[in-house]
Amino acid sequence: MDAILKTEDLTKRYGKARGIEALSISVAEGEFFGFIGPNGAGKSTTIRTLLGLIFPTAGRAELFGLDCVKRRKQILAQVGYLPSEAAFYPGMRAGEVIAFSAKLRGVDCAQEAATLCERLALDPRRKVEELSLGNRKKLGIICALQHKPRLSILDEPTSGLDPLMQKEFFAILEERHRAGATVFLSSHVLSEVQRHCSRAAIIREGRLVACDTVERLARTAARRINVRGISALALPGMADVSRTEHSVSFLYTGEMPALIAALQGLAVADLTITEPDLEEVFLHFYQNGGTPDDHFHA
Amino acid sequence: MTIFMHEMKQNAKPLAVWCAIVGGMIFLCMILFPEMLGQMDSVNDLFSEMGDFTAAFGMDRISFAEPMGFYGIECGNVLGIGGALFAAYLGVRFLSKEEGWHTAEFLLTHPVSRARVVAEKLAALLVHLVLFNAVCICLSLLSFTVIGEEPSAREFALFHLAQFCLQLEIGCICFGASALARRGNVGAGLGLAALLYFLNLIGNISEAAEFLHYITPFHYAEAADILGDRALNVPLLLLGLGYAAAGACLAFARYTKKDIAA
Repeated sequence: MDAILKTEDLTKRYGKARGIEALSISVAEGEFFGFIGPNGAGKSTTIRTLLGLIFPTAGRAELFGLDCVKRRKQILAQVGYLPSEAAFYPGMRAGEVIAFSAKLRGVDCAQEAATLCERLALDPRRKVEELSLGNRKKLGIICALQHKPRLSILDEPTSGLDPLMQKEFFAILEERHRAGATVFLSSHVLSEVQRHCSRAAIIREGRLVACDTVERLARTAARRINVRGISALALPGMADVSRTEHSVSFLYTGEMPALIAALQGLAVADLTITEPDLEEVFLHFYQNGGTPDDHFHA
Repeated sequence: MTIFMHEMKQNAKPLAVWCAIVGGMIFLCMILFPEMLGQMDSVNDLFSEMGDFTAAFGMDRISFAEPMGFYGIECGNVLGIGGALFAAYLGVRFLSKEEGWHTAEFLLTHPVSRARVVAEKLAALLVHLVLFNAVCICLSLLSFTVIGEEPSAREFALFHLAQFCLQLEIGCICFGASALARRGNVGAGLGLAALLYFLNLIGNISEAAEFLHYITPFHYAEAADILGDRALNVPLLLLGLGYAAAGACLAFARYTKKDIAA
């Protein structure tokens, strides 16, 4: 499938400060793609470069096969963008902001906007200044989705939304995705990436450290080991260790025979060995500062 | 026209407030004229003893005791300073508020070119200044009617044309300068307007500082010269419009290439 989003050695520096460095990613049309990294990793810089808000220092970025610098206007006609902190013009009502956004696009989205307002429980008569963080986020979502974009770029979309609204929001995204739209979801809530995305890229300190299917990213050599009955256990390859009086839990990257040998003769009441979830892998990866090859089958 | 209309709505209140304040002050000044007429001999004597300051404010060339002279000096200063400050405020605010309010991420992620954003905001600036001057002119004419006088049409029209050009020049320069900054500074714009006003006073007082007349638009908009000569200083006015065009071009050149602050 053709790439709908593609960066090649995309670099953005702010003077001597790092932004992103030689970032190369590719997202196929119709994918639900996760973009993961902690605060300051370069996620928003990447998105802002893709949208033409900032200009790359080196490399190139393309959306729909069009250059993000030269063909910004044509690109943005097909994109819906939700910033991590949506800000609107004071004095306007939510409905006026939605109508203004539609007018800027030159399309009539009144029906879809009304549907989205209803589904997300946003009163369009409310003034922007009166909106809570969650309601401002809903307003941003409606502006980003009302024109049914081919590509949705969402930066930390669920921050501020209550769990019910998060569920409804992802239901809308899944519907759009099933209808053929591509979703680029930037988040550090790894559970939502794991639940909804088919592929994901992990970015750290401006560099891409892994890009693969979510399933493969989570399939790391590390295992979550929970042992009940003992608490004193020390082995090479143990990380993220938590102990209680009668149990120990840790991520284990060492040899399995060594673990079994170490447990022999101990008063083990129960033992579970599970694959860690993406969040654990991510945290483990960041804490150890490793490379993809250390932990991931990328 | 969407961004243009949006700006017109967004700035309707500031426009109304500035119109009310500046236009209202002009109106009040003028309706005080008949009352002040009786004291004009002592006022003229006082001003004639002010030496260089008399020249600085142009009071050596027009009479305070005549309606148009009074209008030129009193109301000219109110409109000159008020209009310049309003133009600077709008010029700085129109572009820079998008980054200051963090709404640039909203506006500039829609399918509109940055050049269109600049063009429509510049058009809104122009229309704001036209409306501001229209209100001030209407209130001025009303004040003349209230005091039973009639302004000299040619001088009145030339004076207001020059004032409009002054505001356009300052507005466009601030508009261009605001495109350079990451976040605009309205205070700096107002400071520039005040500085240009004082540069004109210095240029009027000192022969050595006459070159300042090529920098400040307050010189070609000076009521004393326009009412005295019944003409505009066209070369200086064209130079001022050149500065305005340079400010507008700077805004286009810079805003279409700049990194937008988060």
